[in-house]
Amino acid sequence: MISPAVVLLLGWMLVPLSLTIYFSFLRYNLITPGANPFVGWENYYWFLTDPSFKAAMANTFMLVGGVLLITVAGGILFALLLDQPMWGQGIVRIMAIAPFFVMPTVSGLVWKNMFMNPVNGIFGHIAYGLGVQPIDFFSQIPLLSIILIVSWQWLPFATLILLTALQSLDQEQLEAAEMDGAGSMSRFIYIMLPHLARAITVVILIQTIFLLSIFAEILVTTNGGPGVSTTNLTYLIYVSSLLQFDVGIGSAGGVIAIILANIVAFFLMRMIGKNLDA
Amino acid sequence: MGHIRLTGVKKCFGDVMVIPPLDLEIEDGEFVVFVGPSGCGKSTLLRLIAGLEDVTEGVVEIDGIEATSLPPAKRRLAMVFQSYALYPHMSVRKNIAFPMKMARIPQDEQERRITDAARVLNLTDYLDRRPGQLSGGQRQRVAIGRAIVREPSAFLFDEPLSNLDAALRVGMRLEISELHKRLATTMVYVTHDQVEAMTMADQIVVLHAGRIEQVGSPLELYREPSNLFVAGFIGSPKMNLIAGPVAAKYNAHTIGIRPEHIDVSANSGLWSGTIGVSEHLGSDTFFRVNIHGLDEPLTVRTDGEIGLRYGDTIHLTPNPDHLHRFDAQAARLA
Amino acid sequence: MARSVTTARKTANTIVAGALGLLMFFPVLWIIILSFKTEGDAIKAPLEILFNTGWTTESYGTVQARSNYFKHFSNSLIISLGSTFLGILIAVPAAWAMAFVPAKRTKDVLMWMLSTKMLPPVGVLVPIYLIFRDLGLLDTRTGLVFVLMMINLPIIVWMLYTYFREIPGEILEAARMDGASLREEVIYVLLPMAIPGMASTVLLNIILAWNEAFWTLNLTAAKAAPLTAFIASYSSPEGLFYAKLSAASVMAIAPILIMGWFSQKQLVRGLTFGAVK
Repeated sequence: MISPAVVLLLGWMLVPLSLTIYFSFLRYNLITPGANPFVGWENYYWFLTDPSFKAAMANTFMLVGGVLLITVAGGILFALLLDQPMWGQGIVRIMAIAPFFVMPTVSGLVWKNMFMNPVNGIFGHIAYGLGVQPIDFFSQIPLLSIILIVSWQWLPFATLILLTALQSLDQEQLEAAEMDGAGSMSRFIYIMLPHLARAITVVILIQTIFLLSIFAEILVTTNGGPGVSTTNLTYLIYVSSLLQFDVGIGSAGGVIAIILANIVAFFLMRMIGKNLDA
Repeated sequence: MGHIRLTGVKKCFGDVMVIPPLDLEIEDGEFVVFVGPSGCGKSTLLRLIAGLEDVTEGVVEIDGIEATSLPPAKRRLAMVFQSYALYPHMSVRKNIAFPMKMARIPQDEQERRITDAARVLNLTDYLDRRPGQLSGGQRQRVAIGRAIVREPSAFLFDEPLSNLDAALRVGMRLEISELHKRLATTMVYVTHDQVEAMTMADQIVVLHAGRIEQVGSPLELYREPSNLFVAGFIGSPKMNLIAGPVAAKYNAHTIGIRPEHIDVSANSGLWSGTIGVSEHLGSDTFFRVNIHGLDEPLTVRTDGEIGLRYGDTIHLTPNPDHLHRFDAQAARLA
Repeated sequence: MARSVTTARKTANTIVAGALGLLMFFPVLWIIILSFKTEGDAIKAPLEILFNTGWTTESYGTVQARSNYFKHFSNSLIISLGSTFLGILIAVPAAWAMAFVPAKRTKDVLMWMLSTKMLPPVGVLVPIYLIFRDLGLLDTRTGLVFVLMMINLPIIVWMLYTYFREIPGEILEAARMDGASLREEVIYVLLPMAIPGMASTVLLNIILAWNEAFWTLNLTAAKAAPLTAFIASYSSPEGLFYAKLSAASVMAIAPILIMGWFSQKQLVRGLTFGAVK
């Protein structure tokens, strides 16, 4: 009964994966038809020595790191806040979580036009009202702009998971700490934070997996530019393979992306595995 | 009818033998309690009778018919589970009706039996509720209701009271006992609580590490425990067990004396010691007494108003008629 | 025991949290407002838009008239529903077997399935693209249904597995003791208890498939493009388009926002693979 699912997933994984590896050793461009000779590590050489690769790696790192920083810090604050007694908690939570359900192309375009456009966007209008020069987000701080958009999308995810973890914290533990003379700051550092550590790790790992593959937000806002200043690894591979039709180099990039993601996945799977036993 | 016989029944989980071959006979209409510490195999034994576990070796007979490989549904037994195992998506009425529906009993007969069961179990007002809306005690009664409407040849109870609070447990204990008196159907009841066993059972089966240590009526087990394990397990507070030179004087490896069978005197007695912790229950007082020359303190019962206190010297004399003697293999000496 | 707090404290919490919640929600709120404005009004200053412009639904009409919006909407619907139900069909037997007849290798198989979810899509973009081109699946709904079914299958199997495992074994034993045959046990006890979990799984996966924006953008052109790809076409606009973009966006996210609010809990369960409880 397991077999249909296993066979399908196995096929889905093995066939494209082995093709990617195979293509990565061929000189193979869709615009120059003919033989596709075996060229060894040449594609890897070109991909890795391309200056855009270095830039793309740096951008990927900044994008993932920046978004993680904002969402984890913001998520902890939000979760702590939402865990407090208040009126209309359900409504507040719904509002805070909504961005996660907005499709990536919509959030990219809405932020680009309605908010970050220097002339017609809200930020532009605010700058104008204050009498300062508006920021042209996508020319002046393109990568940071994308980090902000993606953070808006993923902050709800971090909040929701950290809130779930926070609510599983035994209230008596906090009261015991209070009886032991711990102030609210000490209670946060010594009781809450250790309790949240596991959830924070999970948020970081899962978000990293997804953030390494950020694509639509870049496609609809900057197309990777100006220059390559917002090109991440995923976008670079997309450009090589589907815009420059270089299957060989695109595949070599694909293999590198897989290796990168696997490093993160290794740690994530270990955590999932441990919990599956319990 | 409700006669159950196990012959040479053995159960292994993989390489681990949880129940070495054992024989057991349960007479029709008896209330039999399997009692023992957790992990002693009492629940497994019940599940073997129910058919929820397969017997590794041996024969299970129910009402004279071999049932060893019959599926649970065909054994005409009803079971009440520790978690009650009510169907959460069905109303109380549907829960109780479920076994009758499975047995294809006519609708009007179903109605009649549900009404009867609800009346007996005080569930009439709750028939249209879901299990989730009931208290623990009510859920327990629904589970019992679901069992009685089938009119089974025997009831199996798997620690049914362990999820209830102490006060409710005493009440349900009485209700189940009354139910047994009224229905006169065989009941097999598993518990780790020796008080439940003593108060409810006609026959107690004491299990330890998968073995039957002793079978007998509550008073038989109390008066003549056949080995050290039963002696220590049955009775509350526990029997005092003394090994070493003191026991040797009685030609035994170990002697046992219950707290209620020791005479207490302020002036003279066989053993002397000082009073440690005392527990005043009003009707009785229990002292922990540190006896000179013994490693372990003894527990003794005296009447409630005795004027002795912590640190006082006290003299104890065991009642020789109630002294239990055991050999080095822990078996009772005649 | 939860302790009572002062009303002042509670009010302060409400104000701060409400303000932050509103801030997060504001972009969504803003496009809802803009979608009911004329193009000319939609680019005015925010305060002016709020207090000094009229309301209109004309943008909704224009979006449909100019670009056949409902074709893309129905593409989204078919692709997300199709991939989800196909996935459920394949996942139910697998999850069922794993939960109720676990074997030694069950855990490893489950872990392996989850690990396929961590394969970056861009790593297999080229071969999938070429295979689809050769099979004529590019820009078809069939192709996308298949791809999205595959990428969500691990999550579906995982979620169903956890829901099935929550059905207590004693209840199934009780049904057996009550005289139910295997068939009756499945129909009367197992299925009714499994349905809520299956519904949650369906809900979350429709959301994930609806919002998927890597494969839908790379494997479609005009014909099979779902809303993700259709909205992306607004990235190279001519003239005024804020109100139209807003209207198109509101229609694209509204159904999912509503479903999403119902599935907050499942989100945690489905996307963390049980690593957070």
